[in-house]
Amino acid sequence: MPAAEPDISPVPDAAGHFGDYGGLFAPESLMAAIEQLAKEYQAARTDPEFTAELAGLLKNYAARPTLVTEAKRFGAQFAGGARVLLKREDLAHTGSHKINNVLGQVLLTKRMGKTRVIAETGAGQHGVATATACALLGLECVVYMGEEDTRRQALNVSRMRMLGATVVPVTAGTRTLKDAMNEAFRDWVATVDDTHYCIGSVGGPHPFPMMVRDFQRVIGVEARQQVLDQAGRLPDAVVACVGGGSNAIGVFHAFIPDASVRLIGCEAGGDGDGRPERTAATLTLGTPGVLHGMRTYVLQDDEGQTLDTHSISAGLDYPGVGPEHSWLKDTGRAEYRSVSDDEAMAGFAALCKTEGIIPALESSHALAGAMRLGRELGPDALILVNLSGRGDKDVATASAYFGV
Amino acid sequence: MSTVSTAFEKAKAEDRAALVGYLPAGFPDKQTAIKAAVAMAEAGADVIEVGLPYSDPLMDGPVIAGAVHRALAAGVRIKDVFDTVAAVADAGAAAVIMTYWNPVDRYGVDAFSRDLRNAGGAGLITPDLTPEEAGPWLEASDAHSLDRVFLVAPSSPRARVEAITGLCRGFVYAVSLMGITGARAAVSGSAQDVVERIRACTALPAAVGLGVSNGAQARQVAGFADGVIVGSAYVRRIAEAATADEAVAGVRDLTADLAAGVRRG
Repeated sequence: MPAAEPDISPVPDAAGHFGDYGGLFAPESLMAAIEQLAKEYQAARTDPEFTAELAGLLKNYAARPTLVTEAKRFGAQFAGGARVLLKREDLAHTGSHKINNVLGQVLLTKRMGKTRVIAETGAGQHGVATATACALLGLECVVYMGEEDTRRQALNVSRMRMLGATVVPVTAGTRTLKDAMNEAFRDWVATVDDTHYCIGSVGGPHPFPMMVRDFQRVIGVEARQQVLDQAGRLPDAVVACVGGGSNAIGVFHAFIPDASVRLIGCEAGGDGDGRPERTAATLTLGTPGVLHGMRTYVLQDDEGQTLDTHSISAGLDYPGVGPEHSWLKDTGRAEYRSVSDDEAMAGFAALCKTEGIIPALESSHALAGAMRLGRELGPDALILVNLSGRGDKDVATASAYFGV
Repeated sequence: MSTVSTAFEKAKAEDRAALVGYLPAGFPDKQTAIKAAVAMAEAGADVIEVGLPYSDPLMDGPVIAGAVHRALAAGVRIKDVFDTVAAVADAGAAAVIMTYWNPVDRYGVDAFSRDLRNAGGAGLITPDLTPEEAGPWLEASDAHSLDRVFLVAPSSPRARVEAITGLCRGFVYAVSLMGITGARAAVSGSAQDVVERIRACTALPAAVGLGVSNGAQARQVAGFADGVIVGSAYVRRIAEAATADEAVAGVRDLTADLAAGVRRG
C-alpha cells in the first residue's frame, strides 16, 4: 500500500447507509446469510492472513498494479489538447477491473465454508472474472445473464463456459442485467446455505456496496500515486463510466478527500431519443427508490415500477446505481453526465486509432466524457480516465455499428 | 381489533386454521381479478392477500412472476389494487396488500396507508422490507391502525424472530422453506419448526406460506399452524383457464377444497 493513502471516507454507517441511501432491503430468508457475510467481512478485512492472501493474488495473478498510460495522440486530437492519462484496468487478468472484487469475495466464500458461487453479469466481464476465480479456487460457479446480453456478448459466454462455469440465460423482462440480478437473488434464496452471491457492482443490500467498494478502491489508490509520479500533481478530473458504478467508485474513492479533483461519472445516455427508458442514465434522469436491496436512484415510473433501459453497452444497461454514487451526487462531490451511444462509439473509435487500444464499450463512455471535458477545460487540463476494460468482447457490436 | 385478527379468532373458535388466499390485482384483467377475489371470499377464504404487481418480484417463482408481468403489461395501476381491496372487504373477507416496498415508497408510505385504510384494507405484507428499514411504515401503520405482517424464515435466528414478531400485528407470515413462491409436491419439513419458533416469541397467529397448493397439504399444515396461505396454486388456476368465467369458477373450486382442508378432524 502506498504511504500517502488518504483516509477512507466515513460512509456508510453501521447499517450501510450513505446519507439517505443504501441500507438493507431483502427477503428475510437471506438475512442470516447477509449478517454472516457482514461479520466475516469485518473480520477478514483486518485479518493479516486474509489481506496478505488477497494482496498476493492481486499482484501475482491479476497483474496489479495496472499501468497508467499517457494517451498523447488521443488528448491532442480528440480532447481539446488536454493531457489524458489512462488507468489501464483493461490490462488486469480477465480484461477488466472486475477481478479485483471477485478475488476478494471468492476468498471470503472459502472462508465461510461455502462451495458454490453465483453471479449476475451484463457485459460478461464480472461473469468471466467470477468463473476465473472459481476455477482458481475450485468452487462451483453459476452465472445468470440476460438472454439479450448472451447474444451481444457471446465471446464472454464462451469464455465462462471454457472456465467451467454454468451460464444461465435469463428470459424475463428486457433480458438484460436487471433481470439477471433478479434471477440470481431467486437462486440465492433457495441455496444460501452453501452458496455465496458474488455481486459484481457496488449495489445490493449492505454490506455489498461497502465491501465491493473496498475491494475496488485499489484502482484509485494506485492511480493517485501513479499520476503524482508521472505528472507531478493531482489530476484536475477523474472520469469513469457508471452503470452500477464499481469501477467509478474504485477510481474515485481515494480522490474524495482531494477537493481540487473533480469526479465525473459518465452514464449511458442510450440512443438519443431522450425518453428515460431509452437510456440507462439513472443518476441523471432517475428518482430515489428501492431496487435490488438498496435505496438509491432508480429509473422508475410514477408508481415505482422499474423502467426498461437501453444502452449499446450491456455493462451499463441497468436502471439502478450503487448507493454511494447517489450520495456523492446529492452532496455534490461527484458530477454525473449522460453520454449517448453515438458519443461512446466515437470515443471507442478515437482510442483505437490514436493509441492502439481497443476499449470496452462501457469504458468508451468514459473516454467520450473525457473528450467533452478536455474541450471544456483546454490544453492545461490533466484528466485521469479509468479504462475499466478491454473491448475484445465488443468487436462484433462495433463492426456492425461502423459497418466494417 | 382488525378484520384480520377477527378472522383468525373466528377460525380458532371453529377449531380450524384460517385460509389465506393470494391473488395479484389486474390478473388476467382488473374485473376478472376482482370477481375471482370475491369468489374466494364467498367460498370460504378468511383473509385475502391482494398482490400489488411489481416489475421486479424477486421472491416469486415463474407462476406469480409471469402473472404480475401480464398484469403490468395490461396497464394495472395502484388504484386498481385499492379497488380490489374494497371489493374483498365488501364481500366480507379481511383484505391485506402483499407488496414489494418500492411502490409504497414511491406513492408515499403515509398516503398509501391512508388510501389502503379508506379502501377497507387491514394492512400490508412486506416481503422485502426488513425491520431495520421499516421505521416510516411502523409510524404510518400506527397512525392509520393497520396490521403489519413481516416474514419469518427457516434461517431466521432467534434474535431476529423476536425482533420481527415484536413488530408484527394481525399475524406472522411463516415462510415454510428456503426458496421462492411456487407449488411444491410436499409440505416442507421445516414449516412446523418455523411455526414453533414463532410461537415461542409471540401470541400472534402464525400462518404458513410457500408451497401449499391443495386440500391435503392444507390439512397437514392446519395440524400445526393457525393459518394456511395459498398463492401460486390460485394463480395457476387463473392462468390455465380458457375464459374469465372458468377462471373464477376454478378459484371457487380450489377455495372449497382448501376450506375443507383447513378444518381439523
